[in-house]
Formats: sequence, structure tokens, C-alpha cells
Amino acid sequence: MMKRWQAVKRLLPLMAMFALVLSGCGREDLSVLRPQGPVAQGQLDLIKLSISIMTVVMVVVFGIAAYVLVKFRRKKGQDEIPEQVEGNHKLEIIWTAIPLLLVLVLAVPTIQKVFAYGENDWNNPEAVKVEVTSHQFWWEFNYPDYGVRTAQELVIPVGKKIAFQLKTNDVLHSFWVPSLGGKMDTNTEGSVNYMTLVADKADTYIGKCAELCGPSHGFMEFRVKAVDDAAFDKWVAAFKEPAVLPADAALAEKFKTNCLSCHAVGDQGGAMGPNLTGIGSRETIASILLNDISGKPGTKPTKDNLVEWLMEPQAVKPGNTMPNPKDLGFSDEEIVQIADYLANYKLDN
Amino acid sequence: MAHAHAQSHSVKRYTGLMDWLTTVDHKKIGILYLIAGGLFFGIGGIEAILIRLQLIKPMNDLVSAQVFNELITMHGTTMIFLGVMPVIFAVMNAVIPLQIGARDVAFPFLNSLGFWTFLFGGILLNLSWIMGGAPDAGWTSYTPLSTTDYSSTHGVDFYTIGLQIAGLGTLIGGINFLATIITMRAPGMSFMRMPMFTWTAFITSAMILFAFPAVTVGLVLLSFDRLLGANFFDVAAGGSPVLWQHIFWIFGHPEVYILILPAFGIISEVIPTFSRKRLFGYSSMVFATILIAFLGFMVWAHHMFTTGLGPVANALFSIATMLIAVPTGIKIFNWLFTMWGGQIRFTSANLFAIGFVPTFVMGGVTGVMLASAPADFQYHDTYFVVAHFHYVIVGGLVFGLFAGLHYWWPKMFGRVLNETLGKWTFWLFAIGFHLTFFVQHFLGLLGMQRRIVSYLPNQNFDELNFISTIGAILMGIGVLAFLANVVATSRKPVGAPNDPWEDGRTLEWSIPSPPPEYNFKQIPLVRGIDAYWKEKMAGNKEMTPSEPVGPIHMPSPSILPFVMSLGLFIAGLGFMFSTEDFSNSFMSLIFNKYIVLIVGLLITFAAMIARSLYDDHGYHIEVEELEGEGKA
Repeated sequence: MMKRWQAVKRLLPLMAMFALVLSGCGREDLSVLRPQGPVAQGQLDLIKLSISIMTVVMVVVFGIAAYVLVKFRRKKGQDEIPEQVEGNHKLEIIWTAIPLLLVLVLAVPTIQKVFAYGENDWNNPEAVKVEVTSHQFWWEFNYPDYGVRTAQELVIPVGKKIAFQLKTNDVLHSFWVPSLGGKMDTNTEGSVNYMTLVADKADTYIGKCAELCGPSHGFMEFRVKAVDDAAFDKWVAAFKEPAVLPADAALAEKFKTNCLSCHAVGDQGGAMGPNLTGIGSRETIASILLNDISGKPGTKPTKDNLVEWLMEPQAVKPGNTMPNPKDLGFSDEEIVQIADYLANYKLDN
Repeated sequence: MAHAHAQSHSVKRYTGLMDWLTTVDHKKIGILYLIAGGLFFGIGGIEAILIRLQLIKPMNDLVSAQVFNELITMHGTTMIFLGVMPVIFAVMNAVIPLQIGARDVAFPFLNSLGFWTFLFGGILLNLSWIMGGAPDAGWTSYTPLSTTDYSSTHGVDFYTIGLQIAGLGTLIGGINFLATIITMRAPGMSFMRMPMFTWTAFITSAMILFAFPAVTVGLVLLSFDRLLGANFFDVAAGGSPVLWQHIFWIFGHPEVYILILPAFGIISEVIPTFSRKRLFGYSSMVFATILIAFLGFMVWAHHMFTTGLGPVANALFSIATMLIAVPTGIKIFNWLFTMWGGQIRFTSANLFAIGFVPTFVMGGVTGVMLASAPADFQYHDTYFVVAHFHYVIVGGLVFGLFAGLHYWWPKMFGRVLNETLGKWTFWLFAIGFHLTFFVQHFLGLLGMQRRIVSYLPNQNFDELNFISTIGAILMGIGVLAFLANVVATSRKPVGAPNDPWEDGRTLEWSIPSPPPEYNFKQIPLVRGIDAYWKEKMAGNKEMTPSEPVGPIHMPSPSILPFVMSLGLFIAGLGFMFSTEDFSNSFMSLIFNKYIVLIVGLLITFAAMIARSLYDDHGYHIEVEELEGEGKA
């Protein structure tokens, strides 16, 4: 009996750690263990079920192992040959059957959920459609029903099904918002993926790229802002307002010729780079420079982040395809002015 | 020592370096595999430590983003193909012929060729570090990231061509072991009397036979895309990146079992020896091994749940994957019940074998968790997966290899490794291992994706990454303790008895340590499972021979395998740089006109022709000489 307790004692820290973590560690806006939507919740339920089954398996195996190792260690002067046991059919059948049963218990909800999450809501009139296009190293979000094409920050209405169409513009990436649901790869044309997520409450969630996509793979984050219906409509309306350009005419001209060949603001510009409309109200610059509006530790004023990014984009995000503004003929002073203009370009919502 | 030769020509016997370059003796080739594998394992380990040091704190800048991707790619590739695989081959070479009572492998010349192609392939791959950029697209080299559009250095060319040459060696080795085990077992050793390690080596070799052609095809397609402008993976031209994923994982998943099955075999040898009991449920172990191999080919798409194959495929591959838990469970319980009622000795080898059981169980249960596709949408490409496969490959395979090396070291080198240092190795490595990888499960669940060069602070990643790095350093110290053990032991005189563990059960323990070059003076007669143990229990000191003492035929040493591999190595470099723009006109001439490629291939073909035209019947060791040697 004492020995059995020893086995339990050895396992206690492990169990405690499991309990601690599963009871809700991590950030609400990031952790798989703190789901904020039905998809992530369903996936966590499955994770919990499998962890429980597997913990039982481990306890049994470790228990037997501990017992055997303590009980059957060779003692001094023990020289007789132990009985050479060939096997035991009954035992072997038992430990074939029990894992089969355990697998079955896990298999049933697995299959249910595979088909549930495999459903395509792209043609569901209730759902909000978003075309996600991944780029090295940023995210483009297009709302075909609203005529909005934004970048880096996905704004969605709370409680509504969001139907995503996922594809890539270059290499494979993977679209992942841990607290809303599992990931899905963004493939090339011809194997485009669909998935549906729902956010239960208004908050901003962190999204990540999960597929190795080049040097700045780790810096390819995005934000998902879940807002109520009214705020969403207001955001759409604000987004579609005519472009605001820098007040200084010369700077505006320079901005137009150099920046808007790739980027867009409002109704002007191109779609090669991230859309900059309302960039001043986003939580991050280049997805890893945190703006002070996010209120998280380590944040800096939006303008400072923009200056850091524009002074040397390669230092912030190695391997990205944006030309260095200095090579385009911007002086340090002009870069600061552009940063100032962009930092103040906010969407009123 | 004058003795008559039956041969018309005299036999060249080399010494020193030439002896090692020309050897066709499976025991020496085993040692070569061990040294080369150990070297690459060290390189992969240094890469691992650098990765962990980069991640020790948020937004660290120890290495650049590009170098980090090269490090993770080379760490994975090196460890899988050049680190653990050759050490497995080292153990298989050193042990299999002895366990089945054979004098060598079926094709000693090919065995040597397999080693040299592996080594030259490995060297080629690692040359990338000093020749303008290592591969940087991950060890899986997913397209389009691995195409010239997004990976513009020659890194991925080193990957495709280096692995192609090294993979040739693995395939040759696998076929050789199949032939050896099928045809060269001692009289009386039926399949169901084979030692478990031989069984797993046999199944592993069969898996190599079926899995490696897939990766060969994939690497050819990828190198054609990169070097010859083919379009197998180019969507615009009708190709498909998902095709690469299928080809890669049809090889890649069986590869995982190619790696782990020999470890299962080692554990099945070490635990019975140090429990003084026969393996519990031998026939169910054999059955489970075959079943695992079979299922191993059925589950490749579980690496692709998030690729978007659709719910039907995901459901099927989920269930198939979960089923692997059943034969694996059978094995775990059989090992536990082998120890039940035995007399367990905690030698270093057995510590690793015992340590293997819980670590592998933990890797196994997370494997079942990953098999559930909807949950995998959350785990996939996160540190949870990193934790899982390191529990399987390090906690399973590397523990198994350490167990096997400590166990068979006296048989390979005639010296028993120092037990105190061995135990230090185990505890440092095991504690470091759990510290490194246990916390990574949680990192994944908290939202840390894998293969990221750095991470922002305050995401709850900081402390766990720090712990993980400390663990990795501890593992490194554990490996150094093993190296210290090897050095210290090699200074001692050769003096291990035939059966240093006293409870050896299989044939290799019935002959001297290290064995003479012909292994068995007389091929033994096998009268049951655990042949040597059976004789010992019957009161015999030696195996009953199945033949009278007679002259033993030996194959001649040959430099040709080395030359053939060198030719392939040169041809590989020639192919790789055939489209390169050199500033030097001489270099342009010899590479762009395919001269280097052709010279390399000519060297290889010339060596092949020499091998075909020159009849070498080997030589005989005569009876008088046998009587003179062969003492323990």
C-alpha cells in the first residue's frame, strides 16, 4: 500500500500542473485554453476529453512501472533464476481491448466535430464573408459584400458566423486565431480553404501565422477585433469614406507617387501592400510593434512605431518586400512627417 | 604464421586509415557509422542549443531571422537523416549478423557503399554552411517556400542533392539487412526464434524499402523544379504544392517508425537481459511490430489535417492514426510485464531502457491527442507538436540508442563503459530532456507557434522558454558526459568477457568481445528462442556448433565503394552549380558545361565497371589460423 502511495506522490506535481493549466492559464486573447468562441470551445472540449483519457492511461502505466521497479529490483545474493514466463493470453487480450475502447471513446466525438467544422458557410446568407489573402508577411482581409479591403486588423461583428475563404499570394501560410478556433492553411489557387469562426464577446484577439513562410514567419501576426453590429456598420461606413491625404501638398504628392503605387488609403492607391486606411487606430504597426492604444506592456506611441518601421523596414521584419523609404528618396524629416500623418489617420468608430 | 592460400591471387590487407577506407567488415562499418553519426549528432545538437539560446528570452537577437530558419532546417534534417539514422545503422551493423549467427551481412561490398554514400551525402549537405547559405525552408521543405522564387540561395539544392545521395546509402543498407536476415540466419533460427532487435531491424528495413523511393522521387522532382525549371509544384504551370506534402509525408510518416522500431527492438533486448527474464509476449511483440509498420504507411495525412483535405479524409486518417495506439500499448505492457517477477538491475543501459518507457508513453499519448483532427487544428504547427515529436524521437529513440550503446559497447569495442559516468549521463540527459520538452506542450496550448525566430514579451511564453533552454543545456552536458565516458573507456585495455552482463540471452554474447573478423568459428545451432540463454540453462558453456571447423571464406577489402561515393559527391556539386553565374570564367566553363557533373559520374561509373569486370573471390581463413586465434 505504501508503495502505491509513492507512485501517486510522484504523479502529483504532474496532475497539479495539468489542473492548473487547464483551469485557464494564458491570455484570454491568445490561449487555446481560454476559448472565446464556440469553435475554440468545442476544440478545447475535445482536448480536455483526450487529456483526461490519456492521463488515466499514464497513471496506470506509471503506476505499474513504479510498482515493478520497486518490487522486483535485484537484491543482494539473489541468484536463483526467475521463472521464464512466455506470456499470458488473457492479459494480452485485455491490454489490446482496453486501448481499443479508449480510442473508440475519443473517435466518436472526433468524427462528429470533423464534419461539424468541415461545413462550408461561404454561401450561407447569414454569414459575414471574408476573403483572407496571406502575403510575406502580412494579412489582407477583403469583405466582398461590404466593398472593404483592409489589412492586419480584421474587424468582425460579435456573435455572427464569419465565413473565411483562405488563400495565399505567395508561399503557404496558416491562419490561426487560437482563442477563436484552430488554424487552417492558406494554400495557393486551386486548393483554396474555407472555415467558419464565431466570436462570443467583444474583444481584440491575437492571430498568428502558423506555417513557416520565410524569415519573418514569427512576426506575421494580426488582430481580430470583435465589435457589436452597430460598431461594425460604423466601421464599414468610416472605412469607405474618401481618402485623407497629408495636409502638406508637396508631401501628399510624394506620398501618392511613392507609397500609393502599392498601398491604398480610402478610395486611392493600389492593393500590392497592406491597406493603410485608418492605420492610426490599429493596435500594431507591422504586427509586432505594439501601439500604445492596445494598452499592453511594451507599447509605444503609434507615431514612434511608424517612424521605427519606416526608417528601416528590414530591421523590423526581415525579408519583407517593402522598399526602404530612404531608397525612394524620403528624407528623415519627411519620414517623420509621413509617420505623423499616418498615426493621425484614424477611423472614427 | 605460414599458411596455404586456396586463392590464385594474394589478398591485400591494409592497415591504418586505408584499412578503414576499404573495410567491408560489418563490425568496422558499424563503428564507422557510429563515428560519422555521432559527429552529425553533435552538429545537430549544437544547432539545437543555438535555437534554444535564441529563444531564451523574448525578442532576442542572437541570430538573424534567416540564420534561425537555416538552423531549424538543418537541425531537423541533420538529426533525422544524419544523426539518429546512422547510429541506428551502426547498432544494426554491429549486432544483427551476430544475433542471427552470421559471419557478415549478405553483401559486404554494398554495406560499405551504403556507408560511404551516406557520409558523402551528409558532408555535401553540411557544406552548405560554408558555401553560401544552408537550406532554410524547414526540414519538410514545403513548396513554394523551397522553390527558387522564395529560397534563392543554393541551400535547398544542398538539401535535395545531399539527401538524395545519403538516402541512396540508407536504401542500400535496408535492402542489405533484408537479404541478410532472410537468408543468413543460423540453422535452427526460424523467424519466430529471432531476437526482437533483429525483428525490428527486419521490419525497419522493409519500411525503408517502401518509404525511401517516395522521398527519392520527391527530391528528384524538387531538384528538377529548382535546377532545370520543371513545374511539378508550380501552380501557374499546373503543378501543386500539396503534391509535395503528400509525397513528403508518404515517406515522412513511415520514416518516424523506421526510426522508432529499432529503439523498440533495443528496449526488448535490454529489459529482458537486466530482468533475467525472457521477453513477455514475444509473438504479440512481433505482431505489434508488423502492425505498426503497416499502419505507419496509412497515416501520412495526419500531418496535413490543416492543409484542407476535407472532413472525409481527416476522419479516416484520424481513426487510422489512433489505431496505432493499440499495438504500441501492447508493447508497453509487454515490457512492463517482462520486468514483473524478474530481478531488475539498474545498469546505465537499463536506466535508459526504463527511462524510455514513461517518456515514450508520454510521447505516445500526445500522439493520440494529435490524431484527433479537430483538436489538431489547435495543436498543429505549435510547440505542442514540437514537444510531442521530441518526446517520441528523443525520449524514445535517443533513449533507446543510449541504452543500446551502453549495452553493446563491450561487444563492439571489448570494453565496458564506466557505469558511474553512464549514470551521470542518464540523469543529466533525462532531467534536461523533461525540462526542455515538457513545458513546450503548454507553450503550444498558450499560443506559441513553432519555427518562430522570436516572440513578443508578456504572452506567457517567457518563463517556459527560459526553462526549456536551461533543459537543453543540461541535455548537452549529458551528451558531454557520454563523450567523456567514451574517451575514458577507450584508454582502458580491451578485456570484456564474452558475456559481460552475465545474463546475455542472444547469440552475440556467446562469442568474444569484440568478435573475431569471422564472428563465429563454427556457425551455432539454434535450439530455441534466446539461443545462448537456453544453452546456458542446459549447463553448456558454449553454443552447440552446427558445422565442423573448416576454412572460412572472407570478402576482400575494397576502395571502390569510397570512390563510387566520391564520384557521386562530385557529380552532385556539379549538378547543383550547373546554372550558377560564376565571375570566374574557368569555374563557369567546368560547371556550366556540366564538366564537373560528367567527371563525377565518370568516376562512379568507372568504379562500377571495375567492380564488374574484376573478379574478386575474396580469400579463406584456414583452419590452422582459426585454431591459433579465436580465444576469448
